[in-house]
Amino acid sequence: MSDFFTVSVIVATLASAVRFATPFLLAALGETIGQRAGVLNLGVEGVMLLGAFAAYYTRLRAEDWGLPSGTATAVIAALLVGLLMGAIYSVLTIGFHAEQGISGIGIFLFGLGFTDLLFQKQVGTPLPVPGLSRLPIPGLSDLPWVGDILFNQSVLVYGAFLLVPIVSFMIRKTTFGLNVRAVGETPEAADTLGVSVARTRIIAILMGNALAGLAGAALALNVGVFQQNLTAGQGFIAIALVYFGAWRPLGVMLGALLFGVVSATVLQWGTLGIVSGAASSLTAMAPAILTIVVLVFVSKRVSTPAALTRPFDRSQ
Amino acid sequence: MLLALGANPLQGYASMLDGAVGSADNLADTAIKSMPLLLVGVGICIAFRAGVINIGGEGQIIAGAILSTVTSLALPNLPGILLVPLVISAGAIGGGIWGAIPGALKAYASVNEILSTIMMNIVAAQFLSFLLQDLLIEEGAIRIQQTKRLPASSDLPLLPGGTRLHLGVVIAIAVAIAAYFLLFRSSLGMRLRSVGHNPHASRYAGMPVQRSVVQALAFSGACAGVAGAVLVFGSQSHRLIGEGGAAAFTQNAGFNGIVAALFGGLHPLATIPASFLFGGMLTGGLELQRDLQVPAALIVALNGVVVVFVVASLKLRKTLQRWAGEVTA
Repeated sequence: MSDFFTVSVIVATLASAVRFATPFLLAALGETIGQRAGVLNLGVEGVMLLGAFAAYYTRLRAEDWGLPSGTATAVIAALLVGLLMGAIYSVLTIGFHAEQGISGIGIFLFGLGFTDLLFQKQVGTPLPVPGLSRLPIPGLSDLPWVGDILFNQSVLVYGAFLLVPIVSFMIRKTTFGLNVRAVGETPEAADTLGVSVARTRIIAILMGNALAGLAGAALALNVGVFQQNLTAGQGFIAIALVYFGAWRPLGVMLGALLFGVVSATVLQWGTLGIVSGAASSLTAMAPAILTIVVLVFVSKRVSTPAALTRPFDRSQ
Repeated sequence: MLLALGANPLQGYASMLDGAVGSADNLADTAIKSMPLLLVGVGICIAFRAGVINIGGEGQIIAGAILSTVTSLALPNLPGILLVPLVISAGAIGGGIWGAIPGALKAYASVNEILSTIMMNIVAAQFLSFLLQDLLIEEGAIRIQQTKRLPASSDLPLLPGGTRLHLGVVIAIAVAIAAYFLLFRSSLGMRLRSVGHNPHASRYAGMPVQRSVVQALAFSGACAGVAGAVLVFGSQSHRLIGEGGAAAFTQNAGFNGIVAALFGGLHPLATIPASFLFGGMLTGGLELQRDLQVPAALIVALNGVVVVFVVASLKLRKTLQRWAGEVTA
């Protein structure tokens, strides 16, 4: 245990915590937008898996297809897959008014099975791809400790954290954000005032799913490999983070960082041999147990967007 | 979808059909594969009817499997006539507890049961992995994640007919029938359905809504727990095996059972043929994998699509009915 409490190990752990927090943050920000608009998307996990596979596979094969082989292509592929899933989910929930909870589970199962299928069929063995390259920010990255933790990360990490104030501003200060909140609380009133409930919700769903796809890309490119069920519940944890953050981007970010620290610490303890063998299964429970504990403490205190999961039908 | 994978779809369907119902043995395999789906599916019927979404079948199967395995290891000398009912009950209790926890969290702390049941799945899977690497691992040189062969008196007896069909099939169908009586022929079931239909009105009518939520998830988990016990004691190796991950043990029945139940219209008796259909898809999927090298993960993906279609079509049907109503009226 004493190996863990050295400055260099703690700095390395915190730096990796920021990287681990990134997929949680991206997915949870996307889910926040959707839920503020009254749409619960339980398919995040599935979309993350699809995004992760798209990014991984594009990174692996882009050169063969004559595309630029950089991470940018991979990230775009994940975004497109996210948008596609968003379009499908829009048709289901807005078009067919499908029950949001169960259709989300359908999307999760589809993502779980389909990525496993494609991986076995198209790749087979877990070939590694180069991870995300670091982009040290000149000046700031030379700061002691903080520089390594915060300012020597990849573009995706910076992007995810920059999205926190952007999404917050969008929800609170823009007309679109006002519409989102209106259709999430009282869609009938919003409709009366001429706001298109369907269009607002569809845009929110597309944004949310694109971010979920991006979260998958961040995950796959961070570990540099794909495997069956790569996300291992992270998409569901991201949904829990929305509750934790009480539907506010800043709160969501704090939650994502908390889970980043837990994941990075568990990994670091394994690497250092502090926990090994059977005991590592017990530490691997930590994020799941933490999620339940967090939900117990926050669930009664926060107030859900009033129209969450309620489909809007003008004729009723 | 098969076409996209570069396989002849007709040959694929023929292969699946043959694998599912092509011979008495294949038919028995299908029935055996359907069993955990049916048990989980029946549990899903109870939970969904009570307005609780239980995605924790995977964890509840594992909890049932662990408790029943420990029970049989603790009482190796008991005769089968006592031990078999005992291990099945232990499975129900294990799964029931694993279901009751998220039930209580939902009822008394407003925790979303979808998220908590998923997290309980992860906890159970890791706990199983821990036990099979440590306390319950078979003694010996090869460190495989499995228990030793469990006492023979706890084996589920084979049914006559010379196939691999065992008592588990009978148990599963009995549980489905019992669940039908519970839901539609008892006051408790009436209460559960009423709470699922309109919790506010039920509370106003003096029903204990919170307790009903816990009961629904406990019953639901108990059904899945029985599936866990049946998977252990009806397996050909008569052990609890964790090698290859928890999903290899549960065969994803915790998720696939949801699909079967939805397909069966959330009715315990209709879930029997629905499970058999999906069990057939699973055994057929394995045959497909052998014949055409199409990974069986295809079935999981297809199940996702089925869920989406079933859910989407529910609303579509209602809309069509309304249109039809307007036309005739």
